[in-house]
Amino acid sequence: MANEIRFKLNGSEIVYTGNPSMRLVEYLRGEKQLTGTKIGCKQGECGACSVIMDSELVNSCLVAMGRVNGAEVTTIEGYSKTEKFAALDKAFESVSAVQCGFCIPGMVLASESLLASNPHPTEEEIREGISGNLCRCTGYNSIVKAIEIAAEEGSGLW
Amino acid sequence: MKAISKSVPKRDHAAKISGSAVYVGDHPTDDLLFGRMLRSTKARARVLGVKLPVLPEGYFFIDKNDVPGDNEVHIILDDNPVFVEEIAEHIGDVIGVLAGTDEREVNILLKQIEVDYEELEPVFDPRKSDVAFFDFGYEKGDAEKAFAEADKIYEEDFETGLQEHMYLETNGIIAEFKDGKMYVRGSLQCPYFVHRAVMKATGLSSENVSVTQDVIGGAFGGKEDFPSILGCQVAVAAYKTKKPVRVVFDRHEDIEGTSKRHPSFCNYKAAVKDGQVTALEIDVLYDAGAYATMSMVVLQRGIIGCGGVYNVPNLKVRGQARKTNTVPNGAFRGFGGPQVFFAIEMLMTHIAKDLQMDSVDFKLKHVAKHNDLTSTSGRFHFPVPIPAMVKDITEASGYYSKKEAYKNQSGRFRRGIGLAAVYHGAGFTGNGERDLIKAVVQLRKDRDDNVEILTAITEMGQGVNTAFIKIVAQELGLPPERVILVPPDTARVPDSGPTVASRSVMTVGELLRRAAIRLKAEWRDGEEQLIEEHYKHPEYMIPFEMPAFRGDAYPTYSWAVNAVEVEIDTYTGFIDILGAWGSFDAGTPIDENIVIGQMEGGFLQSIGYAMMEKMTADKGYIRNNNFSDYIIPTAVDVPNMQVKLHVEDFPLGPYGAKGAGELPHVGGAPAVAEAIQNALGVNLHKIPFLAEDVMDVLRRKGGI
Repeated sequence: MANEIRFKLNGSEIVYTGNPSMRLVEYLRGEKQLTGTKIGCKQGECGACSVIMDSELVNSCLVAMGRVNGAEVTTIEGYSKTEKFAALDKAFESVSAVQCGFCIPGMVLASESLLASNPHPTEEEIREGISGNLCRCTGYNSIVKAIEIAAEEGSGLW
Repeated sequence: MKAISKSVPKRDHAAKISGSAVYVGDHPTDDLLFGRMLRSTKARARVLGVKLPVLPEGYFFIDKNDVPGDNEVHIILDDNPVFVEEIAEHIGDVIGVLAGTDEREVNILLKQIEVDYEELEPVFDPRKSDVAFFDFGYEKGDAEKAFAEADKIYEEDFETGLQEHMYLETNGIIAEFKDGKMYVRGSLQCPYFVHRAVMKATGLSSENVSVTQDVIGGAFGGKEDFPSILGCQVAVAAYKTKKPVRVVFDRHEDIEGTSKRHPSFCNYKAAVKDGQVTALEIDVLYDAGAYATMSMVVLQRGIIGCGGVYNVPNLKVRGQARKTNTVPNGAFRGFGGPQVFFAIEMLMTHIAKDLQMDSVDFKLKHVAKHNDLTSTSGRFHFPVPIPAMVKDITEASGYYSKKEAYKNQSGRFRRGIGLAAVYHGAGFTGNGERDLIKAVVQLRKDRDDNVEILTAITEMGQGVNTAFIKIVAQELGLPPERVILVPPDTARVPDSGPTVASRSVMTVGELLRRAAIRLKAEWRDGEEQLIEEHYKHPEYMIPFEMPAFRGDAYPTYSWAVNAVEVEIDTYTGFIDILGAWGSFDAGTPIDENIVIGQMEGGFLQSIGYAMMEKMTADKGYIRNNNFSDYIIPTAVDVPNMQVKLHVEDFPLGPYGAKGAGELPHVGGAPAVAEAIQNALGVNLHKIPFLAEDVMDVLRRKGGI
């Protein structure tokens, strides 16, 4: 069928035949109940809906379903089963970097995206790397620290 | 460091980081009706009629005619209607709710509703408003005499702007009316506030209303009073439709339609004799917005704190919260404190400059000491650690050498450093705990000897669940996994009061500690046991008299000293934060990481308040209604923030803990403002102060 959209979501093959202009975030949350991807603004400003699409960190509120054809999409639900997640999880826990938690799934995926391209970032690079993900609770220090720890302890994973 | 302060993994960590925590927007949507608000587009207007399109089956419009109880939201004055009764008092005032099965269809139908208005004259400037919701005043000593005897009198005006909470999760509520009972759940700080409000609006009895907290994606006060309003609206919708209804705001609607920090206009007069401030006469004006909501208590905290951390023997204070036709302002971390602490801290720097003294030295000459009288003629019953904290922070920041070095600068970039000393009164104002809240907590032990904590205190990310579990586990000598925290649900937990006023750990945590001590003493293996503990007022407190504002306003105080260094680009006006240093005394931290996390987060919000976060309303319509027009700090904006804890134990708090959550949002802004004024060589009187304000100063000065 012409309007079939095929992609991989957290490792599973998906065939989508709905409206190609639907936002990816609405598909994930509404049709797949993958509610770890949060909605903070629906304008691509806050980063709460970040997912990884073909190794790139994207705001899923700005991605139309038509664009995911052939892509590989990873949400926090898929990522949380990986060894890399375990390293970030442990690091975030060790410095109590999770407060309200609403930005955190996106923040974790931003951390993954950063470490995948730069396994040993400086503090400045970490801050730059997560600057598209807003957090109103922590003041960012603990999150930056957590990513430093994950890079150190999880050395070799990325 | 005490054993209890050693950090442990947060109880809510795993669910949140893995994305499995359920926030109000995450519940499955199968049976839910989507609700959207019909809002007034006029700042003040009589609503003459609402013309609806033909509503398909399964779509409902709910308004004032559907309110089964009183069309009033119970907060303090109960003047906020559930739905506009006759006159819409601000743009965004809610006329009704449109609810239906398909979200898109609801949005389409909403746009087809026509409202017939008769426009009335609105008021936007509180200085021109003739409606004061609250008007308080008090005196200490003899200000008149001190002014008459002064060497010099200073008079200045200060202004602060709106501040938006910008919690990442917008407000949202689900309500369902089933078998004669109303079930309300959502993103809310104070389940019993919503409980009482929904009872009044629906006319249902206490046992027929149940309010449950979902996981909260940040609040900062923004989910303290506001969910009572939204809760009533959604509950009435559920009552009429007999279906579960959910309203979750999009970002624009959340910004335009929910409470913010009160803008302030303060006039300060200071009498100075022999280099010492002998009297202050202070006039505080807060812009309440269209309805009174929490303004009474916000204003009280403001006028109590308006003299800062200083021992000024003579005070004459007046405070008003006036009505304007704008969205009602409400609770926000700091709760009336940040506005006046900005004013007093700036005034002290201006007087110091005029007296050719360093501002920090001048402030230290005035700092109150242990057992001194407070502004309301109560006592500082416990040590005041400000001098030691100032020493720490001046050393950590290199304050004195930088201040000296920045006296004579030239070139494009100019630096400045500022330091503020502040307090936050820990817990409820006055006799609130004793007379109004009367907090109750319970511990329930089951036959397997696991212990449940039952309180109405909500986890919003601030770490209170982890702190409560630590306290109870420590006293009982149990491993923490055998202590279970029951999510707040008014059908199950007693009323331990709202999650506000930096009271949760200090006040409710202490009740839990005492309950745990009793449970341990009465422990019987394998048996069910219930221990209940009630609030007891500290005996040392001098009773707080109202409306005289006389006595101990707070059981104790948390203290902070903040320094901030800036660099200003005189070509662009851009203000760069080079460093931020904070020493915070919130007593013994129940968990070091958690308290430091609170301090860092609040400090950053306070810096944002001073130099990034600007919200303007154009004839009552908020223009900055998204993240790109209302800028909050990102990870790159304040890269060098250093926070340390100073510990003065509070004997009546658990293990010495005092109020923590609000403390860091008081002193950051005046520290930033002083740094900016040092860099520019001018006196500052308003925040937020942005690049355009820098350019304005430079233009007026004719360059730098």
